Amino acid sequence: MSLPSPWRADFPAFAAFGRDCQTYLDSAATAQKPQAVLDALLGYYAGGAANVHRAQHAPGERATLAFEGARAKVAAWLNADSAEQIVFTRSATESINLLAYGLEHLFAAGDQIAVGALEHHANLLPWQQLAQRRGLELVVLPLDAAGDIDLEQAERLIGPRTRLLAVSQLSNVLGRWQPLEALLALARAQGALSVVDGAQGVVHGRHDLQALACDFYVFSAHKLYGPDGIGVLYGRPLALERLRHWQFGGEMVQQADYHSARFRPAPLGFEAGTPAIGPAIALGAALDYLDGLDGEAVAAHEAALHARLLAGLRAFDGLQLLAEPHTALASFVVEGVHNADLAQLLGEQGIAVRAGQHCAMPLLRCLGRTGALRVSLGLYSEGDDLERFFAALHHALALLR
Amino acid sequence: MNLPAAACEALEAFAQCPGWEQRARLLLQWGERLEPLGDEERCEAHRVHGCESQVWLLGERQDGRWHFRAGSDARLLRGLLAVLLARVEGLTAEELQAVDLPDWFARLGLSRQLSPSRSNGLNAVLQRMRELAGQDRAC
Repeated sequence: MSLPSPWRADFPAFAAFGRDCQTYLDSAATAQKPQAVLDALLGYYAGGAANVHRAQHAPGERATLAFEGARAKVAAWLNADSAEQIVFTRSATESINLLAYGLEHLFAAGDQIAVGALEHHANLLPWQQLAQRRGLELVVLPLDAAGDIDLEQAERLIGPRTRLLAVSQLSNVLGRWQPLEALLALARAQGALSVVDGAQGVVHGRHDLQALACDFYVFSAHKLYGPDGIGVLYGRPLALERLRHWQFGGEMVQQADYHSARFRPAPLGFEAGTPAIGPAIALGAALDYLDGLDGEAVAAHEAALHARLLAGLRAFDGLQLLAEPHTALASFVVEGVHNADLAQLLGEQGIAVRAGQHCAMPLLRCLGRTGALRVSLGLYSEGDDLERFFAALHHALALLR
Repeated sequence: MNLPAAACEALEAFAQCPGWEQRARLLLQWGERLEPLGDEERCEAHRVHGCESQVWLLGERQDGRWHFRAGSDARLLRGLLAVLLARVEGLTAEELQAVDLPDWFARLGLSRQLSPSRSNGLNAVLQRMRELAGQDRAC
């Protein structure tokens, strides 16, 4: 049973990888793009670029319609009430930094910010630095044995001084869905704002943000089969109203004088400078492409591949998973073998996997590891990719042991 | 410039290497040749930062010529350190400044190990050697 992906041919990168004898298993770092996304990028530039929101001419109107159309597609994808709730940024990381500056005025010394112990640096350091600027206490919610944020401890730690909770939906290292609903309820009960890092979670399944009821949700396009250089910040209307402006210039200005200025509300008020117009339009195309797939078939394919990945890894002596992943990826170490050595020998054999600390140094330290290897899947991955990886891993271990 | 004896040996061994597998085996063998570091030498003060794996580097000068010792917890990186140390053994501070690291690794067929996407930190190690030699000269 070779588990071919029926969508593989939609992604031209695999023809190139095939020619170079490369096996791509690093989709959690960035995903390949379908032809539809490449066509949208080329179509925008070849059809005549123009700036958005600030011209009366026809090319400007066309660009603005396409750009705002992409915003509406993102809103629909997340089941947001309105496109006004979608702010375009450069990346998920920038979205969180925007929040950490835009919400800074709401914090006073002694307030607490709660973050998960498994956060990617992007959802840790902006809060850590905010805490340092404002004299706040950063409360780290510990993990249980399975690798999830421990709800009993979270219940104790999220209290009346908690002003904000920031957690990942799906861990980029452990591959486990976090108990978001329960955590968000704890934050709500204390009147704390909530931020969900959806960088990994958004790629697997559709998520209804009205049902999830977080205040803010962030993700980047490049992991969701879209282009790089564009990220998304979703906010509930009341939460967006609490943001202060953080970058100035461009279309975010409503009225400007030499000594004072007024600024637009979200979303435009938080999109200083010319936005990434082509990438935004291409993100819209990525969502159209995904919308055209049978979501259940995609989920079933990813689940079957993931099961195959875990079964194959378990067959190796001395291999330990960092956690029992739910979906999409697996991180592991091999007893007595340094992950850098393994990564190097896999790379020599054309296997593209991620090695190291996965932008989560505190988590790795907390797990007692100096690093790990991570294999991650996309909807275009297939059984043969895994077979080549297993063979290369076997070969590398034979050399190193 | 005449190469140190160990460097000539490395050149001969690696130049005849037909593929990645043999090169990997050779790197593992060369890694075993590193002078071992004591536990007390594997400390923060000797850590070279900028490497994903842990790397320690110590240097001492005798009669104006430098002798370095290095270690790492990753075995292939130990091999890369060994061929780097072979190249710089017994150099003066001035000669150390002039070492062309990309050229040396290219001659060994190990160019890819220096690419910017690699985090093995060989460039950081050479930088640290030059700092150690530079500091000493300034004293």
